[in-house]
Amino acid sequence: MMGRRGAVLSLPLLLAGCDYQTYQSIFSDASTEVHDFNILFVIFLIVCAIMYALVIGFLIAAIVRRSRTGPADVVEEGRHHQSNPAMRTGLIGWTALVGTGLMALAIASFFGDRSMANAAANEKLSVNVTGKQWWWDITYNSADASKMVRTANELHLPVDVPVHIYLKSDDVIHSFWVPSLAGKQDLIPGRDNDITLVPRKIGIYRGQCAEFCGADHAKMALIVNVDSYADFLKWWHHQLESAPAPTSPLTQAGYNFVTTRQCSSCHAIAGTPANGTVGPDLTHLASRRSIAAGAMPMSEGNLYGWVADPQSLKPGNHMPTIGLEPDQLHAVVAYLETLK
Amino acid sequence: MTPPDSIPQRIRAQDERLARERGTIARDGPDLRGAELEARLDRTWRRTPGIIGWLATVDHKEIGRRYIITALIFLALGGVLALAMRVQLARPDSALISPQRYNELFTMHGSTMMFLFAVPVMEGVAVYIIPLMVGTRSTTFPRLNAFSYFMYLFGGVMLWVAFLLNIGPDVGWFAYTPLSGPEFSPGKRADVWAQMITFTEVSALAAAVVLICTILKARAPGMTLARMPLFAWAMLVQAVMIVFAMPAVALCSSMLISDRLVGTNFYNAAEHGDALLWQHLFWFFGHPEVYIIFIPATGFVSVITETFCRRPVFAHAVVVLALISTGILAFGLWVHHMFATGLPRVGYSFYTSASMTVAIPTGLQIFCWLATIWDGRPRFQVPMLYVVAFIITFVIGGLTGVIIAAVPLDLELHDTYFIVAHFHYVLIGGAVFPLLGILTYWYPKITGRMMSETLGKISFWMVFLGFQLAFFPMHFSGLLGMPRRVYTYPAGLGLELPNLLSTIGAFIVALAVVIFVVNGIVSLYRGMIAPPNPWGAATLEWATTSPPPPYNFAHIPVVESNTPLWDVDGEMPVVTGLRVDEKETLLTTVVAAVPDLREPIPEASLWPFIASVAVGIVFVASIFSPWALAFGVVPCAIAIAAWFWPKEMKRHPEPVIS
Repeated sequence: MMGRRGAVLSLPLLLAGCDYQTYQSIFSDASTEVHDFNILFVIFLIVCAIMYALVIGFLIAAIVRRSRTGPADVVEEGRHHQSNPAMRTGLIGWTALVGTGLMALAIASFFGDRSMANAAANEKLSVNVTGKQWWWDITYNSADASKMVRTANELHLPVDVPVHIYLKSDDVIHSFWVPSLAGKQDLIPGRDNDITLVPRKIGIYRGQCAEFCGADHAKMALIVNVDSYADFLKWWHHQLESAPAPTSPLTQAGYNFVTTRQCSSCHAIAGTPANGTVGPDLTHLASRRSIAAGAMPMSEGNLYGWVADPQSLKPGNHMPTIGLEPDQLHAVVAYLETLK
Repeated sequence: MTPPDSIPQRIRAQDERLARERGTIARDGPDLRGAELEARLDRTWRRTPGIIGWLATVDHKEIGRRYIITALIFLALGGVLALAMRVQLARPDSALISPQRYNELFTMHGSTMMFLFAVPVMEGVAVYIIPLMVGTRSTTFPRLNAFSYFMYLFGGVMLWVAFLLNIGPDVGWFAYTPLSGPEFSPGKRADVWAQMITFTEVSALAAAVVLICTILKARAPGMTLARMPLFAWAMLVQAVMIVFAMPAVALCSSMLISDRLVGTNFYNAAEHGDALLWQHLFWFFGHPEVYIIFIPATGFVSVITETFCRRPVFAHAVVVLALISTGILAFGLWVHHMFATGLPRVGYSFYTSASMTVAIPTGLQIFCWLATIWDGRPRFQVPMLYVVAFIITFVIGGLTGVIIAAVPLDLELHDTYFIVAHFHYVLIGGAVFPLLGILTYWYPKITGRMMSETLGKISFWMVFLGFQLAFFPMHFSGLLGMPRRVYTYPAGLGLELPNLLSTIGAFIVALAVVIFVVNGIVSLYRGMIAPPNPWGAATLEWATTSPPPPYNFAHIPVVESNTPLWDVDGEMPVVTGLRVDEKETLLTTVVAAVPDLREPIPEASLWPFIASVAVGIVFVASIFSPWALAFGVVPCAIAIAAWFWPKEMKRHPEPVIS
């Protein structure tokens, strides 16, 4: 997953013996945008490294020169108001160098910007992402309303297909950021924003909200699953299906609880009476990789913990701890696990 | 009705009395000099002892000392918050600190460091040093100066008391709307933040006015603008920047308070307000704010470099022009904080270029300092070591600044730990290192004793190396995808090692600061007694005793070059003729510094303190009720009227010009 340049840049960390995954790293090369970013970043790094070397070289030379003869505490008598002519030339040269360097970088930045803007010019897929405290509400747009899919916290994208993501917010400002795939864009209430990208590598990438948005800002993650086009379509078609009907007494009890008690006032499950829109859509909850916007991986244990006491697992989030009886908890979790 | 002919008669009588008295007015000069002059000046200028005298004093040196000490206390408090955050972030998925508490910590850390430490400490140093450096007896508007300190103190105390009472702000030091608005921040936390801003902006504006007028009008005769020391130039540019930048934050924080308190909708998108309006106004202040902190520090660097390299800073005029152009450019690049908000792409390109342009004047200054070292005979005592550390560190921050000026790069790096690394390199490397250097440098002037060189070197190396360990790994944290303002991060992203290193580094820096403070306290009692000019410096603050007497100079010095103390043979030339029995100083013309007026300096007064209490009560009360503004005006008006009540010349009145 890691690009060649990434390997070079993070060499110090590798040398330090750090074994790490890079699915939230900027050095992924996993999309056209991040590929361009890495090229531009390396250009900037090289220019800046040269400038830094010049400054430090001059500093060292100036300090070493001190070892010349003469008492150190005497003011430069007689000529201390004059400037050294060589230094005057040096100043002019330095200014020209800094100016040229900046001009080159500004131009590189300009073309980098244009290249990224053009890469995904002809969108093939359009997705709405709405930021909420503290989760992501995702809708796949389609001209055919029956093909629209609503999900949460997990974005599925087909590889090599330009995607246009429309960014909105219902509450405070959030920022959509999947480092391995693209730079960030803010989701601002009252404004429409968007971002385009072309994923180039199949894989799983993690992103998270990058604008401070309140108590659980750190726990507002987003998982992006880049699939082959065929897998993506399979996923889409699966998402269009309604939730399966409960088949055992336990899941039936869970179904009854979820659809008639507190849960359904916020959550929707397609094919059931639960149709709240305040919280994430749960129709295919159990097929997602994480619970509560990346707060914890999807597992039976975590589902138990989350349903029983969301406030202690993600303090401050808007899902209340409602105090389920043990049998209710078993039933609800059993039902939720059927929502593949 | 007054008879018409009695008016000239009264004036004539007054004139005669004045003429009689003029001969008896005591002035410094050939007849009055030496010990007798100093004793009489001391009687006139010394503050009355006791708590009343302490509250009423208008001596710029006392106010400057209070500013510096208060700001350093806030630095320590902000530092403790930073350590708490670093402990929390040392390990992934740590649960030591709750998210709510962590949000309060970074809000308080940022607000304390920016508003209660960095800007006030620069102003405090300047309030102390500038009158000495430009060769005058007092700042202009000394009562406003006292008022400014008390406003700052009350604002800082209010913020910290609120934090300790668990109603401290939790919306970030930038308080973006709508998160800080009434809907998403119920309670009083955001109001406390906004009112702290009000306190500090009043204080900063007052101090800026005092400094601008002192620098422009109170310079010693002969200190033309061309001969003015670079630190005075830096403070002039900084103070003018404050005057232009602070109103923007005053406006946006008042609109926020108004949204929260009386239900206006400036930032409410649902009612056709605009959430982004806040960001434009805030960053129009917030970006210059960084330079408001950095520019005085460049003044420190110039001062230290000149003294310790034994020659004036290379290309004085170039450095001055660089300062001024930095000050102007700083107002043209606030949008680079908002590259991710979806503004038009043409705007992006403009602000990318504008942001990069700032590197030119800064690069020029770096070159000038290096050329000064090259051409001089550098002595590596503690202040100079901090200058070297400044160059090594700040240039990294400046170059990462060029990187994030580019829109495509910033969109990835914005709001990540890469940015945290960048601005700590700029602010700690660029401002705190020079500050530590200059505190060591001016310590003998302020206290009369030298700081320990050994302890100074130990804390220097620890702060320098600890800083690199703490902040360099943050570049990598950011590149590996760690956003700012998160109370924790998951394991497995490669963030464990850089965060652990940062935490270790932070503790080394903290220990170094403790050693610095211990050095400061111990040297107060044990330090070597400082002569008037222990470093062999060239500027006027070293022409008087260490510490200076309350009246600064027995005679106002006359300046004939850029480096007066290096160029004078024997005694300093002086001007004489200022009154000894009343506080008085000499004003000169703005450009050429030709003697212009003798200016009476206001007596010590309790009214600035009372006025600041009255204004403080209004500000705090208006957190809770808008009516506080209506009723609170009355005590403020009374206090301010009493403060400005025309001074009656009890003894020896005379025309101002004679």
